[in-house]
Amino acid sequence: MHEWALAEAVVETVLKEAGKENLKEIVRVKVMVGELQQIELDVFNFAMENILQQGGGALSMEKISLEVDKCVLRCKVCGEDWYYSDSLQDLSEEDSEAIHFVPEVAHVYVRCPRCGSPDFEITSGRGVWIDYIEGEK
Amino acid sequence: MMDPRLNVINKRFQNVKKIIAVSGGKGGIGKSQTAASLALCLAKHNYRTGLLDLDFCGPSTHVILGVEGIYPEEEKGIVPPKFNGISFMSITYYTGNNPSPLRGSEISNAIIEILAITRWEDLDFLIIDMPPGTGDPVLDVIRLIKRVEFLLVTTPSRVAQEVLKRELKVLNELGITVIGILENMKTKKGSQVASELLNLGVPFLGSIDFDYDLEDALGSPAKLLQTDFAAQLDQIISQKCL
Repeated sequence: MHEWALAEAVVETVLKEAGKENLKEIVRVKVMVGELQQIELDVFNFAMENILQQGGGALSMEKISLEVDKCVLRCKVCGEDWYYSDSLQDLSEEDSEAIHFVPEVAHVYVRCPRCGSPDFEITSGRGVWIDYIEGEK
Repeated sequence: MMDPRLNVINKRFQNVKKIIAVSGGKGGIGKSQTAASLALCLAKHNYRTGLLDLDFCGPSTHVILGVEGIYPEEEKGIVPPKFNGISFMSITYYTGNNPSPLRGSEISNAIIEILAITRWEDLDFLIIDMPPGTGDPVLDVIRLIKRVEFLLVTTPSRVAQEVLKRELKVLNELGITVIGILENMKTKKGSQVASELLNLGVPFLGSIDFDYDLEDALGSPAKLLQTDFAAQLDQIISQKCL
């Protein structure tokens, strides 16, 4: 349940930022989940729900929306852009799980489909981040 | 856009009493050997000890200790498994024996990820094996782990000492606690390091002789603890750090 640690980070960050901005009410929070990390959304939601029940203050589940960000990789050697989902078929379950824990490990297992280089950039869809927090003061 | 991981990192260390980053700037001066042996010595003295290998591009503490066949447990994050009484965390759980060709920003991101998801149990000491250089990993550890202290390793070589001085300047400028400097691989009588570093205002912890038999002990914690290297290190930390 590694998703729990990330869910905890999201909840704590939203509450901290809302406190910093003196928000009386949190209206909407958008959380982006990068495809590369292959977060299990059910597990992530379950974790957030549990954490919020233990003390979510002004934040509740219905205010949080999750969106998966498609993962695009760009080769630094030949400039090729490709989707991580296209590389998935070449990965074993173990490789894929390792990337789930530490997304940068993709450089160990994924190669540019054109030139075979491990030197690529993760241009989108890496991890979990908060896109925005909307609230009322 | 906010990175939520940054907000939980210090919480992950709330049950750790002392965090020591073993660093020194130059490669090949015995940082990893010192970090791994320090962890073994502390565990031998019944201190609850963790070892975190942050040298993502050249991890080696698992080789020094002979760590094999263990894997972190998933429990609201990941819990480092125990090896010889040490809670051990390394990127090698995820890379295996494969190379990890990471650029600086990716190393930073991977460090943040590991620090944010790793749940350390109650520890007296967490030892961090740092990679060479004063780049992203050193700056990230300083930025992200507020209570970190540095133990610096060098050798009698003027080359190593010049690099060490540069790292020391950065640490001093940032107000980071330096426990002291350890001279490793000494081959002549006296200490060139002690006199050279006298004016830097940092405690000189002691010297460890070049141990020609150390290589034979790699991979076995029991043998490592019997080396002259470990005996000298143990004496130094018992007198100066515990």
